[in-house]
Amino acid sequence: MTERPEHEPAPAQRPQTPARQRRAHTTARDLERYAGLFADRTKVMRSSAMRDMMEITARPEVISLAGGLPDTSTFPSDSFAAQMTRIAQESAAQALQYGPTEGFARTKECIREVMGAEGMNPDPDDIIVTTGGQQALDLITKTLVNPGDVVIAEGPTYPGVLPTLYAYEAQTLQVEVDEDGMRVDLLEELLDRLHAEGRRPKFIYTVPSFQNPAGVTLSDERRRRLVEIARERELLVVEDNPYGLLRYEGEPEDTLYKLDGGDFVIYLGTFSKILSPGIRLGWLCAPPPVMEKVVLGKQSSDLCTSTLSQYFVDEYFAEGRWMAYIESLRGVYRSRRDVMLDALERHFPTEATWSRPEGGLFLWATLPSYIDTTDLLARALRDNVAFVPGAGAFVDGRGQSSMRLNFSAANEDEIREGIRRIGRVIAEQVELYGALNRDAEPAPREESGPGGEVVPMRRRPGSR
Amino acid sequence: MKVAVLKGGRSLERQVSLRSGARVEDALESLGHEVVTVDAGDDLVRRLKHARPDVAFIALHGADGEDGTVQELLEIIGIPYTGPGVAACRRAMDKPAAKEIMRAAGVPTPEWVSFSQTAFSQLGAADAMEEIEALLGFPLVVKPARGGSSLGVRFAASRDEVPRAIVSALSYDDRVMLERHVRGRELAVSVLDGNPLPIVEVRPRDEDLYSYDARYEIGRTEFICPAQLEPDVAAAVRDAAVATWRAIGCEGFARVDLILGDDGPQVLEVNAVPGLTDTSLLPMAAEAGGLPFEELCDRIVELALKRSRAAA
Repeated sequence: MTERPEHEPAPAQRPQTPARQRRAHTTARDLERYAGLFADRTKVMRSSAMRDMMEITARPEVISLAGGLPDTSTFPSDSFAAQMTRIAQESAAQALQYGPTEGFARTKECIREVMGAEGMNPDPDDIIVTTGGQQALDLITKTLVNPGDVVIAEGPTYPGVLPTLYAYEAQTLQVEVDEDGMRVDLLEELLDRLHAEGRRPKFIYTVPSFQNPAGVTLSDERRRRLVEIARERELLVVEDNPYGLLRYEGEPEDTLYKLDGGDFVIYLGTFSKILSPGIRLGWLCAPPPVMEKVVLGKQSSDLCTSTLSQYFVDEYFAEGRWMAYIESLRGVYRSRRDVMLDALERHFPTEATWSRPEGGLFLWATLPSYIDTTDLLARALRDNVAFVPGAGAFVDGRGQSSMRLNFSAANEDEIREGIRRIGRVIAEQVELYGALNRDAEPAPREESGPGGEVVPMRRRPGSR
Repeated sequence: MKVAVLKGGRSLERQVSLRSGARVEDALESLGHEVVTVDAGDDLVRRLKHARPDVAFIALHGADGEDGTVQELLEIIGIPYTGPGVAACRRAMDKPAAKEIMRAAGVPTPEWVSFSQTAFSQLGAADAMEEIEALLGFPLVVKPARGGSSLGVRFAASRDEVPRAIVSALSYDDRVMLERHVRGRELAVSVLDGNPLPIVEVRPRDEDLYSYDARYEIGRTEFICPAQLEPDVAAAVRDAAVATWRAIGCEGFARVDLILGDDGPQVLEVNAVPGLTDTSLLPMAAEAGGLPFEELCDRIVELALKRSRAAA
């Protein structure tokens, strides 16, 4: 493989500054003093145990099926070099300057091309270029949510949205997901209940296509119903669609934004999964009154999105090969997905169920309820393999026996071996549990769906 | 003096260890020592042989750093190190082994049983549940036999909850310990060169007594130091801690965790390399005892050198 452009220069080439210049006198009492200053929102932080485990996950000897990384190694480095050179030669001064808060018009044209590929045709004025999709999430939450406001998300939901919702002190309620995406019937029940309490959710957050983490896609019928509900009740839906173009089989569904025409659906997109996460470029489409506030919010956050990254995207799209690159990614990810599904069939016990995603980067596996996947991860790390425990995708302790598996970042051999190792530690725990319940029946089997492989994502009783 | 601070490593207490190590480095630098930082990885021995420090300060928690492995390596390459020696680390890390030693030495410790994974999978240990229940009662606590943190520690309120708790604990180690749950106040006695420092009481603010996180996140646990205890009770607690220190054969420094129940103190475990972070109990106790962190580190280094001179 050629040199990977994202690698940093070796640290030795940098001027050596003394590594640490910290004061030596922090005491427990000092810390208590700082603790008194912290905002309430900082209380919800990721556990140190999870941090430790995730750090181990990143070690080279560990096969990680935990990340959400796209594979950037297939990006042609010569064309990357040529584009950056062109920018340096022709537009260095502008590319190194601030840009407009809403983003460059040319970047918005690239965005319109991407959205056009999924049948959408947004007004450029309705688009703001953001620092990754994550900032779009942050901005929309900042714009809409007061402390205590209700936000509805899928259960499981994208784990990365939760810190944002916590940070703005939203009360997050989750609506169960099955193989056809969010249970829109349950959403309606929840909305009725909230209405009866005089509460109005600020928005409904959804990843309708190849959902992170569940890997499921919202059916056409449910999409139409969701858009109707939003219109009838005048509620905002935030549609997060990072993976829409990464479909490996089946027919594309219309996006909610397309169905709704952009009145009640706010759309989030990103270049992270179709080009590069390192350039930190995403976008948000919203109706003008919302956009006005989002732009003000963006000004306070970071003034504008990286000019250099926007120039890069312009150059890249000017070459006209962006769709061909996505096509090549689809080929790579499709076969990795197939390898993972095949390995799951081979190595996971019959008690396990999992989703069969038609696109995206993730699938979601559910194990017998007596297995806690956080503990299982600790065990799996002893065998140098990692996944994401399901509990992180819920706000209420559900998901303890589920896991998210990523099939985009590891190569096929690693996926096969990784699933084999995870399967082995699961089998060990299933056997152990069976041995511990000898006078009872053998380990209780989770009833599996009629097809066996598609996962009914059951409501988990006993949460809360 | 050239001091190598060993920190990080691969254990599940890596973050805490990095914080302990960083704080120790600051202290040693302010004392005028030359500090070499070593994140314990597969080049540990090579780096130490190359750096040739006068002493190694072990700020590693959990597996490898606290179980005698790193200590053994330091012995073989001839570098003096802080804290207890190989055998004491090994005994302290293994909770059931440590409890056996305590019991033999007359130190009160809650009743327990301990099994390997194969005892369940191949010898039908589950059929002894009735006897275990009679011995320990409910609720009982299920712990991995080794491991310095609360990871994998679960309460089982009834027999139904035991299998799940055992599966959890065995995720972290291949042996599990079931222990009688003693209700009472949580105390920690840090011991420096055989002398007890002021007692710390740990009061979790959350309901979740055994939340691993709560112990290291500021604001989630309340620490009272010195703990408010009647003089005779405090003396009994200190005696139990020092007796444990002796029985295990600790040197340098260590921390003994106890529960003060209705029948007096009961020792739960010994930490051979207790946390040295800003919120850790040993530095807190030392400070309450009039020993600032720098002086504490100085003392710990001095004890390490003294031991190695005595051995030479």
